[in-house]
Amino acid sequence: MSTSIVPVATEPAATTGPLLSARGLTRSFGLTEAVRGIDLDIAAGEILAVMGPSGSGKSTLLHLLAGVLTPDSGTVSFDGDRVDGLDEAGRARLRLTAFGFVFQFGQLLPDLSALDNVTVPLLLTGVHRRDALARAHDWLGRLDLAADGDKLPGELSGGQAQRVAVARALVTEPRVLFADEPTGSLDSLAAEKVMLALTDLARASDTTVVLVTHDPRTAAYADREVVVRDGRLSGTGR
Amino acid sequence: MLLGLLGVQPSYGYDLKHGYDRLFGREKQLAFGQVYAVLARLLKSGLIDLLGDEAGAGPDRKRYQVTPTGRDEITHWLFTPDIPSATLQSNLFAKTVIALLLDADAGQLLEAQRAEHQQRMRVLTQQKRGADLATVLLCDHALFHIEADLRWMDLTTARLDELRSEVRR
Ligand SMILES: Nc1ncnc2c1ncn2[C@@H]1O[C@H](COP(=O)(O)OP(=O)(O)OP(=O)(O)O)[C@@H](O)[C@H]1O
Ligand SMILES: [Mg+2]
Repeated sequence: MSTSIVPVATEPAATTGPLLSARGLTRSFGLTEAVRGIDLDIAAGEILAVMGPSGSGKSTLLHLLAGVLTPDSGTVSFDGDRVDGLDEAGRARLRLTAFGFVFQFGQLLPDLSALDNVTVPLLLTGVHRRDALARAHDWLGRLDLAADGDKLPGELSGGQAQRVAVARALVTEPRVLFADEPTGSLDSLAAEKVMLALTDLARASDTTVVLVTHDPRTAAYADREVVVRDGRLSGTGR
Repeated sequence: MLLGLLGVQPSYGYDLKHGYDRLFGREKQLAFGQVYAVLARLLKSGLIDLLGDEAGAGPDRKRYQVTPTGRDEITHWLFTPDIPSATLQSNLFAKTVIALLLDADAGQLLEAQRAEHQQRMRVLTQQKRGADLATVLLCDHALFHIEADLRWMDLTTARLDELRSEVRR
């Protein structure tokens, strides 16, 4: 073996492995084994759909990956670091700084305007109010909601409310966006608008997306799918 | 389909027709002529052969069985996902039923087919991006139809045990 005088290009180690990785995950609620041994790797920038029948464990898996729940056994790693070993404060901090969340409904604070809802995660991470308002306004614009910032959640349509939720989830430019049935209560056109915005903006900022859905049209915006059945992965995706 | 049914057990043409009609003939039953035409074709291509020493008898006295080549053909047919299309459903239903009769993994063939469908939906969704409205609407038409198939597959997957006991009656 000869020693090369040409310096070897340095590969940043963190980007070569998966961004999110689960091994042997299990989680029960009382006698219900919701997740029964899941291995999953998610690459940085990937949009992954998690499908499967109702009650199969999709939401539980999402909560385990996002550090909302801790596993009974198994590990979750984010960017090479173990998440499952962190205490509640550590996981809360990770969720606030590195993750964004969108759920099916009922997630906007009802007494705050759309604009204020989007500023909340920024204020929580210590961004000054004026700066936060400017950034929130900008994100509402990207989601075609520039004219709706002053409305209360109760004055928005379901589709508009979901796009506000997407803006709120992405405003902190998270590494991973976790979405659980983000189009669950919307008609086809509104769902399409939400998914187009969500995937376009996630790709533009290189945000990884974990998308739980039982809707095939919504899942079709992903790069790949896995199917959860009885707490295990069955489809290997492509 | 007839080949698959023959895979369950060696049969006479007569029994095959009635087996087919019970499982798949709700709308349109098979004619005897059709059955014998298919059997002649399968015989010629070596997928089935005649059982025992009944070779000299008339067509209705012959008993047929699947050859090893025929078995391979059945397995290949069962586990190769079809291209999503409007005429897919009857074929997929037949595959599922025959897999259950043969004790093959019907869940796995449905899983492979759902992956094929979901993949096609991803391609169509990708095609919609930035396309003109006519293209978008055409893609949507295809998407809704494929989605209907997918939902049927999900429902069938959830009811496989029920279907198994029904077809094996
Ligand atoms: N907090 C909880 N307490 C008790 N049981 C729970 C809890 N969360 C989930 N479960 C149970 O775990 C199983 C999996 O639930 P989960 O919510 O992960 O399913 P899902 O795939 O998201 O279903 P859906 O599509 O209906 O949302 C179910 O049997 C559910 O009842
Ligand atoms: Mg759920």
